[in-house]
Amino acid sequence: MNQKDKIQFAGMGALILITVFIIPLLNGAVSSDSWMHIPSYQMNLWGKYLAYAILAVSLNLLWGYTGLLCLGQCLFFGLGAYAFGMHLMLMIGEQGAYKSVLPDFMVFLGYTELPAHWKPFYSFWFASGAVLWVPGLVALIFGFLAFRSRIRGVYFSIITQALTYAACLLFYRNDFTFGGNNGFTDFKTLLGIPINSDMMQRSLFISSGIVLTLCLLFCWWLLQTKYGKVQRAIRDSENRVLFSGYSTTSYKLFIFVVAAIMAGIAGSLYVPQVGIVNPEEIQPYKSLEVVVWVAVGGRATLWGPVVGAIFVNALKSWATYHYPEFWIIILGALFALCVLFLPGGIASLLPVVKAKASQFVAKFKGRPLAAAEGPGESA
Amino acid sequence: MNLSNVIRLIFPAIILLGASHGFSQGAPEARKKLSDAVLEPDLEKQKALVRSLGETGDDYFAVLFEKWKLGEVFIHEREGTAERIPFVLENAESGEPSPAIRIDTGAQLLGGDGKAMTFKAGDLKPVDTTRGLRAEMKNTADLLALGSKDVSVRAQSAATIGMMRKSANIEVLEKRLEVESDKKVIKNLREGIAVSRLASGDREQMIIALKELGEICSVNGRDDVLAIVRAEGAKPESQQDKELYAAARIAITSIDNYLKLVDIAGTAFRGLSLGSVLLIVALGLAITFGLMGVINMAHGEMIAIGAYATYLTEKWMTAAFGADGFGFEIYFIIAIPFAFLSAAAFGALLERGIIQFLYKRPLESLLATWGVSLIIQQSFRLIFGASNRQVNSPSWMMGSFEVAEVTLGFNRLFVILFAILIVFGTWLLMTKTPVGLCIRSVMQNPQMAACMGIRISRVRMLTFAFGSGLAGLAGAFLSQIGNVGPALGQSYIVDSFMVVVAGGAGNLIGTVVSALTIGLFDQVLQPFVGPVMGKVSVLVAIILFLQWRPGGLFPTKSRSLD
Repeated sequence: MNQKDKIQFAGMGALILITVFIIPLLNGAVSSDSWMHIPSYQMNLWGKYLAYAILAVSLNLLWGYTGLLCLGQCLFFGLGAYAFGMHLMLMIGEQGAYKSVLPDFMVFLGYTELPAHWKPFYSFWFASGAVLWVPGLVALIFGFLAFRSRIRGVYFSIITQALTYAACLLFYRNDFTFGGNNGFTDFKTLLGIPINSDMMQRSLFISSGIVLTLCLLFCWWLLQTKYGKVQRAIRDSENRVLFSGYSTTSYKLFIFVVAAIMAGIAGSLYVPQVGIVNPEEIQPYKSLEVVVWVAVGGRATLWGPVVGAIFVNALKSWATYHYPEFWIIILGALFALCVLFLPGGIASLLPVVKAKASQFVAKFKGRPLAAAEGPGESA
Repeated sequence: MNLSNVIRLIFPAIILLGASHGFSQGAPEARKKLSDAVLEPDLEKQKALVRSLGETGDDYFAVLFEKWKLGEVFIHEREGTAERIPFVLENAESGEPSPAIRIDTGAQLLGGDGKAMTFKAGDLKPVDTTRGLRAEMKNTADLLALGSKDVSVRAQSAATIGMMRKSANIEVLEKRLEVESDKKVIKNLREGIAVSRLASGDREQMIIALKELGEICSVNGRDDVLAIVRAEGAKPESQQDKELYAAARIAITSIDNYLKLVDIAGTAFRGLSLGSVLLIVALGLAITFGLMGVINMAHGEMIAIGAYATYLTEKWMTAAFGADGFGFEIYFIIAIPFAFLSAAAFGALLERGIIQFLYKRPLESLLATWGVSLIIQQSFRLIFGASNRQVNSPSWMMGSFEVAEVTLGFNRLFVILFAILIVFGTWLLMTKTPVGLCIRSVMQNPQMAACMGIRISRVRMLTFAFGSGLAGLAGAFLSQIGNVGPALGQSYIVDSFMVVVAGGAGNLIGTVVSALTIGLFDQVLQPFVGPVMGKVSVLVAIILFLQWRPGGLFPTKSRSLD
């Protein structure tokens, strides 16, 4: 294991330490009067960022390492979110506004019976499975069609955007049985525990941290394998890989499906923490925002997407509060400037900082010498 | 169109017609009759006299009826004699003394001294009319309109009388039918006769009428026929009038088939106009994306720039020249170049500022331009407000005309015509001018073009500006069809990218064909599956289409790999 990997592992260890132990402990074990205490809403917010970070990692797997700019990653995120949301909706039971076993929006739309495709979602494990296979299946079918006909580059981007646009329009429909405009909200319990309880929110936060770490670990591992090398070769020159006898189609298809599943998991972690999912999440611009995170953080780096997702979303939380009207302009400018002047994202600043730091250290080390000499001469 | 509207339409037309002929028309005997009617004290006799004027077929009398109703008919009593002469004033509205015209002869009313007499309308006591008489005059005027020299008045009148559904009118209509030569009037007459027969309740007549209605595919008579089908269908089988029921069903099928045809034609027209808008949007994209390979996500905002430019032009022009004057009428003519230029200028700026650095990195130009599109959108929101702005179309773009029941809106027609013009202009520019040659050479092989002495950076800027300008034009047209809002371009951007991809990037013909096809497809699907599912089906269809032809309809032929 080389030096670089050690740093990566140290980072993952730190991530686990912070998300599994420090923050939950500061939230749960420290009394709320202490300055060390982290309030639940703060932890909840960071849990959301972690879910977004997983989404960004999944896009990085596609765009950063394989060169497939998918402008529909939020579709898979949304599918995962909706699949898990269906379970949460059913868990509301008769506590809804209409006191019916059916979810409120169904009562409102005049349904008398639960549609057949909703019934299995009473089971937590089925819903958890659906979080994986629904986005995976959609990605498999769409990816098969797209890669088979060698749609690549910008064409792939445009087609994926069209896909998420079409899906978004579908989810806006009331008769699509997924709540139409309003989507799912007002969840009550998960696994029998009230969803807004501190305990539940802490568990969700911890799960998000663990899943993010696992995703990073998976990416790191994949990059070490021969598969990872082919993957990056496809990004750099697909034709050469093709002419060397590799079926780029199956490589791309595999990575597309894996990324979709990862995005689905991110969605399923997002829903219980944020407490709402609606078709807005699948809007084409949402997927573009994910691309911003990755680009700002630094594509094709392991940590770049995580940093980017957290940085941009924290900036968003701050800016939408202080400058609500200018937030979008800030985002747009950030994006345009980042592409123009910092194509490597924040991660590319690291070597620069390192160089500056070592320069500074060298200077600092040199200074006492010079200082010692100076007075000596003058004396 | 309801009855009162029809009448409101007919009368001004009649008055205009009459006025242009002066007051000296009409057969002498008929004029005498009218004169007698004015003087007649007995209401029933008065009515009979008025009714008898309907047979003259001279719609000039409708003008006189109208004057009578408005209280502009007066009686002159010669002093010393029992002679009473009804007359009208040549110019009653002016308030000035005006020459009087005798109703019975049409000549000027002469005084005892042989000079023409003049009166002021305000000084005279008009001849009263009762409600019954007014109704009679209205009916007679309708009948007279049937004999009008103006074809549109005749057609309207035939429809009005027919749709009264009175069997008493059948005779009149049939009489007119014998001498009528205009197709539209004949159709209205036949329709009117059939509908009136249907309302008569006589079984034989009804069956004849049903056959007739089916034959002429009467849309106005559909409800009547449908009522019969429903009534007969609801009866138990033993009581059904089989023959009548069958005839009604045949008629309704025939009418419905015709309506379907009309519907298809209307859909085709709307699809064509939607396709034309899409075409103008996509044509700009075909140049910036298809030819230059730049994915301009801000293309939608170029549309919005064009639309807001139109909005501003309208505001300025109305502010400068008033809301309904000449300035308002021509503002759109000025807005077209203004929209083009403002979007083109912005395109040039965007190219110089951002895109020129990213020609080697197409995916990143997508991201950078998306950032720009966010900034523009939000700026629009801050400047013009988040709500939509209404742009009023000049009057010559409003309105519509009908071809065989299909309504063709002028604005939509205008868009289609302009799309043809723009496509033709672009084709000319690209293939027949030195500029086009430069553009094509730079797009095909920039290095080689540079070697030949072409200033590629300038050509690229101009090409991009041109593509953006076309988007601005599209915005100008969209402002005439719907409202203008900050997110106007967003609703077209995905569609237009799909158009270019499906048409084959780098090929203008492909863009034209695919824009029109997608527009038509969308409109044809919408009635069956609703607007949202229609859009979804189109997107899915395009994705599947690309399986079959990955390069689009007309792929660029090239030996290079990517």
